Amino acid sequence: MILGIDVGGTHTDAVLIDNFKIRKKAKVPTDANHLLNSLLKVTTTILAAEDPAKLQRVVLSTTLSTNAIVQNKIKRVGMIIASGPGLPPSLLPVPENTCFIAGYVNHRGIIAAAINTEEIKDAGAKLSREGIDHVGVVGKFSTRNPEQELKIAEILGNRFRHASLGHRMSGHLNFRRRIATTYLNSAIWDLYQRFVQDVLQFVHQQGISVPIYILKADGGTFDVAKSADYPAQTILSGPAASIMGVLSMAKCDEDAIALDIGGTTTDIAIFADGVPLLENLGVTIEGHKTLIRGLRTRSIGLGGDSIVRCENGKLVIGPQREGPAAALGGPFPTPTDAMIVLNLTTIGERGKALTALEPIARLLDKSVEETAQQIFEEACRKIVAAVLSFIEEINNQPVYTIHEMLEGRKISPKALYVVGGPAAAMAGPLGGYLACTPFIPEHSEVANAVGAALARTTAELTILADTERRLLTIGEEGIQITIPSRFTSEEAIAVGRERLREKALAMGAKEEDLEIEVIENQEFNMVRDSYTAGKNIRVKVQIKPGLISGFTREKTL
Amino acid sequence: MSKKQRKTGLIFFPAFDWAISPTHPEREERLLYTQDQVVEEGLLDFENIIEYKPGLATVEDINRIHICVPQASSVITESHLISAGGAITAAEKVMRKEVDNAFALVRPPGHHAMKVVHGARGFCNVNIEAIMVEHIRKHYGPKRIAIVDTDCHHGDGTQEIYWHDPNTLCISIHQDGRTLYPGSGFPDEFGGPNALGMTINVPLPPRTSDEGFLYVLENVIMPILTEFKPDIVINSAGQDNHYTDPITNMRFSAQGYAQLNERLAPDIAVLEGGYSIEKALPYVNVGIILAMAGLDYSAVREPDYNAEALRQSEQITQYIERTSAEVMMLWKKRLDMKKSVVGTNKYIKRKKQIYYDTDGISEQQEETVRVCDDCGGLVTIDSFADTGKRIFAIVIPGQSCPVCREEGEASFDRMEKGKYRHLYFQDRDRDIYINK
Repeated sequence: MILGIDVGGTHTDAVLIDNFKIRKKAKVPTDANHLLNSLLKVTTTILAAEDPAKLQRVVLSTTLSTNAIVQNKIKRVGMIIASGPGLPPSLLPVPENTCFIAGYVNHRGIIAAAINTEEIKDAGAKLSREGIDHVGVVGKFSTRNPEQELKIAEILGNRFRHASLGHRMSGHLNFRRRIATTYLNSAIWDLYQRFVQDVLQFVHQQGISVPIYILKADGGTFDVAKSADYPAQTILSGPAASIMGVLSMAKCDEDAIALDIGGTTTDIAIFADGVPLLENLGVTIEGHKTLIRGLRTRSIGLGGDSIVRCENGKLVIGPQREGPAAALGGPFPTPTDAMIVLNLTTIGERGKALTALEPIARLLDKSVEETAQQIFEEACRKIVAAVLSFIEEINNQPVYTIHEMLEGRKISPKALYVVGGPAAAMAGPLGGYLACTPFIPEHSEVANAVGAALARTTAELTILADTERRLLTIGEEGIQITIPSRFTSEEAIAVGRERLREKALAMGAKEEDLEIEVIENQEFNMVRDSYTAGKNIRVKVQIKPGLISGFTREKTL
Repeated sequence: MSKKQRKTGLIFFPAFDWAISPTHPEREERLLYTQDQVVEEGLLDFENIIEYKPGLATVEDINRIHICVPQASSVITESHLISAGGAITAAEKVMRKEVDNAFALVRPPGHHAMKVVHGARGFCNVNIEAIMVEHIRKHYGPKRIAIVDTDCHHGDGTQEIYWHDPNTLCISIHQDGRTLYPGSGFPDEFGGPNALGMTINVPLPPRTSDEGFLYVLENVIMPILTEFKPDIVINSAGQDNHYTDPITNMRFSAQGYAQLNERLAPDIAVLEGGYSIEKALPYVNVGIILAMAGLDYSAVREPDYNAEALRQSEQITQYIERTSAEVMMLWKKRLDMKKSVVGTNKYIKRKKQIYYDTDGISEQQEETVRVCDDCGGLVTIDSFADTGKRIFAIVIPGQSCPVCREEGEASFDRMEKGKYRHLYFQDRDRDIYINK
């Protein structure tokens, strides 16, 4: 049995999956101030009369990190930054307590300016005086050579409760995002530490002794104990849970669109050959552009409960939401009310919906039914426009080789999966507009918990081999090893696969889930003074987002 | 420092799978570290810097300005269609006002490619700026366009293409031709009889530093631009004036490049040469992008930058001041020069020997222009390359007068192939290209 729990903003959902069939579902309101209470409640509900010894794994998806950032309930963080030449401090996303220090690594990972021990000690002392216990240390191009960041951490010693190091956050380049990611990681570290301790204690009390996993933003899982130092990875795992849930319920190995139509927003995700697409660099949260690996989603401010109004003779839907639909006691007319008037759904009191739409109908000089129809179509049209522009953006992504330019793969979805309250009413028309076959997966109301339950462990590694310097670097692992001058990209891939395997197993992956793929493989001759000085090899390998092994779609949930 | 931010389009196409040959300066690795630096600095996360995928130029775009022998498809590869397409995309974004300015950071380059193309010279097959300029004119009407070529090598291809065009001002600053390929670009190269002053050359002595470049910008380029009143300013942005460039001898820096682009404020910049791929290009390009976007570039510098060591000598300063004065003197007299240049001739001929160093081809060319006060003048070209191909071309200029047009059409109708392998007719106003 697998227990999947999604602690969402409003509800905490749990599913118990037995032999890949849903055995039980449970839903309780989330107590935002005491997430553990919600966890306890939903677990005891679902495990009542079950034998915890039969559990094989437990997976949690939580909004803890996301909420902390959104509500600004985070620790003060001091940043120590070795930015070298380039953007001035005014263009870097740094918090108030930031010390800029000497030191610079260039694009090839060569140290171009040294760090200064005294300056670092002074910076540490200064931040301590400010009462700061959490720091982030970030250097430019530190993923190309983590040496300076590691040295800085060593010099700081035990001065701070925690120091997050930039190169550990991601193998991708992007100094500004590395700063933002490291900052967030350090800012929520304390909170997350406590959460991990609580969860471990909680499952112990429940008599559960199997591995506990946490869902990441990329729709993959990692062992909760191993997650403690990387809380940033759990930011925005909520949308990822739903997408993975849809994936498990969809018979999908083609290009497809997944829509989660909620009360306030509609989240859009795209599958390419049945695999959810990832953000190029990382997710964005509260204006922080990060390097946190995450599923590529687009959210628009239009949902079942969006406020509908009439401005200058034109219908306007959303992005505000002020409670539920009028038919359910809400204060304003909504698309859900329109669907109720059109008899597309049987929830709520139709009379209230009719009354709520009347003023708009008068302004439009139409009957209430015609108005409802117009609202419904306008809502569908807005979602369709957002989906199409999202697909266009994906298909117009810049490429850097002639081969990709001429042979580039285009996404062209054939299937549409819709979950959320208005799914039944809207899937048909949306499928029509998008020329896709619409599907409404079963159990879609707990898609998030199912997604968490069935997601596999994912990971990524970036390998840079410089045969002129005879050096192989895996920045995010802090690894630098010597290689022979005739090292090849095949060997780089082999090293990458092996290290990724080790990393994933340490994160809690099962051997049978290690579906490793090479996502980048470039090799450049480095020519200096007209002769070939060496090769610059760049390889990225990943375990792609997907479902745990043993799950096949024939065993429909 | 607060500046006015501008919306800048970036068309980045490093062609990571294309090289002239494996160890050639124009190879896969050329923009690798530039990409690293642009990505690491996170420039594409700024809301006012937007990356666009390049479009593909078409054969029609090339035939609008070039005479390719025997035809376009035999002298270009896909890479040229993409780099010219990247320049066109940059122009499109600016012309449609989606952005305030745009930078096509593309390769391979184009500014040594002349009108007739028998092969590649100076790493260039087709002239991507000229293709872009004629695309603009075709789709957005006749425009006065200034091309400021800041590559270290004389922009001889662009100069040759626009030699007779009174609506295109070509200014090139470069290392003195007596010390560097292609060996041309002196102040007395001043434009054809119908376009005197529309070609401006400012050769600079080796070891010129930021100070010298910025002096010429302030004292020659900006005053001439003010008088010319272009609709569009294009920077043909070579980056090989840099003090670390392996095939030139100048001392320009990333700061200098950024300042130049801030002051010049080009509508469109197109990458040309620049082969210090590790020590210069990453910093120069970050500087140019920030300057174009109106963001603070003051902290951009090369890790080994040393202003003192790069300072130009007093002698160089004086030399540049004299050259600048000489160029300005010529510019002021440009309108009075026609009589003495033309005399009583109705046609002016010039003979050219063109060497395609990249492909090892030699071409003999005789170009004839009709002296005309009403347009750029009808041009005919007799070109003979040592590949054995001899061709004849008739070119009716953009905004042509009726006399030049009638004469050109009539002579093409009369022409027999005879000793020529191909006869070409190019009519810019009507966008007609015939290969007979």
